[in-house]
Amino acid sequence: MGVSPAPSLLGLIGGTPLVELGRLARAAGVPEGVRLYAKLEGQNPTGSTKDRVALAMIEAAEASGELEPGRELLEPTSGNTGISLALVAKLKGYPLTCVLPESVTEERRRLLGLYGATVIASPGGEGSNGAVRLALELAAREPRYFMPFQYGNDANPRAHYDGTGTEIAEALDRVDILVAGLGTGGTLMGAGRRLRERFPGVVVAAAEPLPGDPVMGLRSLEDGYVPPILDVAALDRKVLVSNAEAVAALHGLLRHEGLFAGVSSGAAAHVGVKLALELDEGVVVCILADGGWKYLSADFWSAPDVAGSMESTLWW
Amino acid sequence: MSSIRIPPALRAEVGGEARVDADGETVRELLDDLMARFPNLRERIFAEGEIASFVNVYVEGEDVRTLRGLDTPVSDGSTVILLPAMAGGS
Repeated sequence: MGVSPAPSLLGLIGGTPLVELGRLARAAGVPEGVRLYAKLEGQNPTGSTKDRVALAMIEAAEASGELEPGRELLEPTSGNTGISLALVAKLKGYPLTCVLPESVTEERRRLLGLYGATVIASPGGEGSNGAVRLALELAAREPRYFMPFQYGNDANPRAHYDGTGTEIAEALDRVDILVAGLGTGGTLMGAGRRLRERFPGVVVAAAEPLPGDPVMGLRSLEDGYVPPILDVAALDRKVLVSNAEAVAALHGLLRHEGLFAGVSSGAAAHVGVKLALELDEGVVVCILADGGWKYLSADFWSAPDVAGSMESTLWW
Repeated sequence: MSSIRIPPALRAEVGGEARVDADGETVRELLDDLMARFPNLRERIFAEGEIASFVNVYVEGEDVRTLRGLDTPVSDGSTVILLPAMAGGS
């Protein structure tokens, strides 16, 4: 098979592989008639599905004229989107500043620095909500910033409608359940909508993190945040996943499939297996947003008390 | 009787407890029982008679918005979790 060279890494975003998780499914007791697949978004150039979103947001802003040479990019992110934006910004010539909660893993902060982004820390106790708040304040104060704002940018779900969802719809003849981690909602909204067009009965299921108390901190409930692009009514299932459950699924992916995945991917796999167990036959697709590399410094891979060791960190 | 997990932001309203027991066969009955004992909770978690948009309620780990909302049945011994809606997503 011939593969033509890409003009830059931007040309290698998307087109990620799907792999069957037959060993994991059988080990979990999923019936033979149910096929479980994973879409490996960690195979994107910076190692996460956010490459699709970053490229789509920047190109949409360029096309609309909102983003012109000389402006600076600003984005609240717990890591992956920042790293993806850093790649796109570098190749397109924009400076980038990321607002990052103090509670993310060290790899992410270092990677952002290595890619050339400026990092501003937001209080760890406020989680992603704190990063969103601080970035919105900065953008309002400093007109030189252009903020793509993944939480409210339609190019985010559109990237998953045109890319992730279309790729799954073309690769499979049947999809009964689609599972993805719930963050901004972009993957679930975009890929979910595309798959509903092709497979009208598909169940779109969100795997949602159950944060530890330290991550929730003492901030008020009124600080809760629902991303503007997320329409909860478009979800058929919304399942809470504890850190311990996500990590158990990560170990299962490694043990049975040799697949090294990130924490939100563990959560998606956990929900994928849980819902697959409800079926007698059918096809379940889990979107695995990133690989395990950015979490190597974490204690949870071998900690006796997984939940305790993960309490104070924002994982996805 | 079900156990309701209370997020840090609401613990002051329930005497500092992380878990509180409540009675009810639906989420509505359960929350009514809880709010009858801790009346300050009502304005924190309800808006116009519905669960406020920035609050999520889960029965056995599933968001009641994708189940039957306030009419979602709760069985004896169920775990119910209240959480602030969080921006996730990396």
